[in-house]
Amino acid sequence: MADTKANPGQSKQGLLLDIRNLRIEATVYPPGEAPKNIVLVHDVSLTLEKGKVLGLIGESGAGKSTIGLSSMGYGRGGVRITGGEVILNGRDILKTGKDGFRKLRGREVCYVAQSAAAAFNPAHKLMDQVVEATLLHGTATRAEAEKRAVALFKKLSLPNPETIGERFPHQVSGGQLQRVMTAMALCSEPDLIVFDEPTTALDVTTQIDVLAAIKDAIRDTHVAALYITHDLAVVAQVSDEIMVLRHGRLVEWGGTRQIIKEPRQEYTNALVSVHEIEHAEQKPGTAPFLSVKNVTAAYGRSHIKVLKNVSVDIYPGQTLAVVGESGSGKSTLARAITGLLPPEEGTVTFDGRPLANRLADRPKEDLRQLQMIYQMADVAMNPRQTVGTIIGRPLEFYFGIRGRERDKRVAELLDKIEMGKGFVDRYPAELSGGQKQRVCIARSLAAKPKLIICDEVTSALDPLVAHGILKLLLDLQKEENVAYLFITHDLATVKSIADSIAVMYRGEVVRYGPKSTVLTPPFDAYTDLLLSSVPEMEIGWLEKAIKGRRMASAGN
Amino acid sequence: MLDIKRIPIPALIGIVLTALFVLAAIFAPWIAPHGNAEIIGDVWEPMSAAHWLGTDNLGRDLLSRMIYGARITLFIAVLATALSFSLGAILGFSAAVFGGWYDTLLSRLVDLLMSIPTLIMGLVVLSVLPTNLVTLILVMGILDSTRVYRLSRAVAVDINVMDYVEAAKLRGEGSGWIIFREILPNALSPLVSELGLRFIYAVLFLSTLSFLGLGVQPPDADWGGMVKENKDGIVFGIGAALIPAAAIAMLAISVNLVADWVLNRTTSLKGGRG
Amino acid sequence: MSSPILKLIAQRIALGIVLLLAVSVLIFAGTQILPGDVAQAILGQSATPESLANLREQLGLNAPAYVRYFHWLGGVLVGDLGTAMSSGQDIATSIKGRLWNTLFLAFWAAIVAVPLAIILGLIAVRYRNGWVDKLISGLALASTSFPEFFIGYVLVYFFAVKWQIFPGISTVYDGMPFGERMQAIALPATALTLVVLAHMMRMTRAAILNVMQSAYVETAELKGLSAFNVIRKHAFPNAIAPIINVVMLNLAYLIVGVVVVEVIFVYPGMGQYLVDHVTKRDVPVVQAVGLIFAAVYITLNIIADIAAIIANPRLRHPK
Repeated sequence: MADTKANPGQSKQGLLLDIRNLRIEATVYPPGEAPKNIVLVHDVSLTLEKGKVLGLIGESGAGKSTIGLSSMGYGRGGVRITGGEVILNGRDILKTGKDGFRKLRGREVCYVAQSAAAAFNPAHKLMDQVVEATLLHGTATRAEAEKRAVALFKKLSLPNPETIGERFPHQVSGGQLQRVMTAMALCSEPDLIVFDEPTTALDVTTQIDVLAAIKDAIRDTHVAALYITHDLAVVAQVSDEIMVLRHGRLVEWGGTRQIIKEPRQEYTNALVSVHEIEHAEQKPGTAPFLSVKNVTAAYGRSHIKVLKNVSVDIYPGQTLAVVGESGSGKSTLARAITGLLPPEEGTVTFDGRPLANRLADRPKEDLRQLQMIYQMADVAMNPRQTVGTIIGRPLEFYFGIRGRERDKRVAELLDKIEMGKGFVDRYPAELSGGQKQRVCIARSLAAKPKLIICDEVTSALDPLVAHGILKLLLDLQKEENVAYLFITHDLATVKSIADSIAVMYRGEVVRYGPKSTVLTPPFDAYTDLLLSSVPEMEIGWLEKAIKGRRMASAGN
Repeated sequence: MLDIKRIPIPALIGIVLTALFVLAAIFAPWIAPHGNAEIIGDVWEPMSAAHWLGTDNLGRDLLSRMIYGARITLFIAVLATALSFSLGAILGFSAAVFGGWYDTLLSRLVDLLMSIPTLIMGLVVLSVLPTNLVTLILVMGILDSTRVYRLSRAVAVDINVMDYVEAAKLRGEGSGWIIFREILPNALSPLVSELGLRFIYAVLFLSTLSFLGLGVQPPDADWGGMVKENKDGIVFGIGAALIPAAAIAMLAISVNLVADWVLNRTTSLKGGRG
Repeated sequence: MSSPILKLIAQRIALGIVLLLAVSVLIFAGTQILPGDVAQAILGQSATPESLANLREQLGLNAPAYVRYFHWLGGVLVGDLGTAMSSGQDIATSIKGRLWNTLFLAFWAAIVAVPLAIILGLIAVRYRNGWVDKLISGLALASTSFPEFFIGYVLVYFFAVKWQIFPGISTVYDGMPFGERMQAIALPATALTLVVLAHMMRMTRAAILNVMQSAYVETAELKGLSAFNVIRKHAFPNAIAPIINVVMLNLAYLIVGVVVVEVIFVYPGMGQYLVDHVTKRDVPVVQAVGLIFAAVYITLNIIADIAAIIANPRLRHPK
């Protein structure tokens, strides 16, 4: 937040938080083995001045949430702080004991969780929960606290700020709850707020609103913050400084501009450049091999159409990206094409002839030509089958290849996905997230299909791992001349991989064409909103994006 | 693969005791010092070197009757469990995979059967049926199969919506592959531990019926029946009835310990769930 | 209270009534599955054809089954449960006093068992994975493996025979003073309590643990609330519904326990009445008592469901 410095007279100077050589451990209980200690955070030190924002960034398992919660003396699920000092407002809080923790929690330090929907008690009204900490610590009367809360609701641009406190958590949308939780953290006027991935669970167009609201609130209240996220572009918008963590160790710590413009460590550089994949757009060929024509579909007997008159074409060896937010119908399109959800109207033609609507009516050869890869690789593989069986089954099933010949082909496929022969006898549980997804790719390649449908295949992965998967998919496309139908909510991914793009909104295709055309203005209102909502790794992007918007996001 | 040292002590105790009971049941005629119905002394003689557990209400050797009782108890409980398990699992799996009216019909029927406590329904039916081993096994097996049905259906429904099953369907696999290669291997560990619990329940149910005079008929007696035979001694301070009652409790605890361990072990196997 | 909730509750009650009707069919059908017929079963193989025909006439067995069912059901609905074959007495009259006795016994068992189970469950959660928790879990495992009569006779052996504190046979009669009556039911009530306690405690523990592990409890801790206030203000309001559910389901389980316990202590209640008449193959009594047990069981289940509906804030405050 470089711009807060424009008003230095108001920012409180001085050291707020000083964490020295923090060491955090946990005991794990591996089944059938003796319990053992693992170190989650290795001697990490950091300082934070009053009114400043420090972004903690890293992949899963980096220890960023654990460090954030240590500023409140809190260890989640048996996590223990075993070394170092946490000096807050001039005293080591680790020495103050349980009573000391209770006095600082909710008063000096407040917490905003990733899922506000789960973090609010379903049994109480929002207002009661928002003012609870303030009343508990006796910093204001109930009337004052409520007045303060309503003012915060207004500041965070919540609808009906006067009355929203009377509602129960389940009566308010996810994006709004996230803001109410921010108001709850600000209400007791703490010195520090720990934001733990506060926008990660939100749709991209909602995220930008919540992000902007949080940023404004931080600026106006001069509260300091630890902002924890895995998304460097997001943290670049709100932080003064960024700390990069990996496996519980410090990688790099510097000013926001330095980290994103001149990273000094290789790992930071990899995080910064993660979205940069060069992929020249291929021009559509002469004839598509798969055409979706005017498809309309609904679940069950409900008459709510999840797909409305959708038409797209896929060309051999090319990638069609289908982009949209949750509820846009993008995954339903995949189900309609595969026959899992027979369309009510419209047809899917393959190689010039119509495909049977229902999965059960399709011949084996048609099934072979359309393969699918899922978002959650660990539930897409039978945990009781080895990698060899998982990859080998399509070979047996479609081509009747068995025995040594099959093993040879499995080895070749493992080689293609950049995994060695040693993985043949492993079970899915023994693989990392990225390796699991690679095995799923190999399984679909084994069928030698013309089209692979990729349903959010990188969404559950850490950025660097996802990057590797995308590169692999592009390489394989060149080698095997396979087409992809790439379903995603992440526009950055789309830019890296697509040849043509279909933007979906509430069951309809609102924009469709070659990548270069779709991503070139003039835009329709929704595409504009979607494109402008994707965080860019650039300081000041957030303000520009908010200013330039023409349409309010749907689910804030 | 199975290292005895790695078995936790409670499970080890469970295995040893269960094995003892099973051995006693199998080799009853060779182990028992006296015949099952042989009267060898006075009524309710105390424990002695000649009769380790004393004698029963008719002057029969209690130890011998306990050993024969193990045979009857285990025999009926095993058969009833086998029946309830195969019936419940087959119907439960098929209901989950085929769905539709077949599933609805079976599930409603099971709901109905389970809305009456098993013991009450058992008593109602036994009030008109002839009392013999076949009826007993059928009644116990069928009534208890409702619980196995619920569990297997729930487990199979959970697995049936997993992406890997969808992937198999998309590949074009038939229902044979889907049931036996995709669903069954993943359903085994919850089912195996349920097998132990169902067996315990069968033992307890049988004992209760016999205790109420509706199970195994004299002169044969399972342990529950022996409690009934000797219960009148209690008020005179004669503990003969407590011995078969304690045996039932011990068998149930042993099997419980083994079932607990099996459940923990199988879920931590390679490729376990999660 | 809002109308969607009333609608859900009405639906649940209606479903319960349908279920009860279906259960009455099942119980009636359950007594018709005999190879041969009831008259044969009562009189045995040596019965003369005349006596068989007489008995069939007397029992109305010559009418088709569905006619007999509706006749029986019609009687039940106006409180006429028929006559016992073995004694010729009116069933409804015989049941009245016994039903009261059984409810009295079950009531006192529940009064002890429910708070005890909840307190033990809370203690187990408070010290979870500690030795107290392990001890409680171990005892729970053991007592779910004990047959009811083992618990019952151990109590009799020590409390009635060795130490002679309470009577081993629970004689009660009309007009018995309350104190004496309580002393008479001390042992059966204890046995019943032990029968349901372990299970109820384990389920309570699981229900509370489930709530304690939710994110909003963490939020409360991070506001600086004391452990006691976290439980009182945030965990407890959400744990009520599952706990009521646990309690109701286990009270239903009490019904099964009561049958055996009454036989052990020769207590003049419904359970013993049922078992006696099953042995005598007195079908009308078995049908009547079976239906009453099923009705109580179903009612408890409905109450459990309704409690869950009322305690759910999503249903209480719809969007």
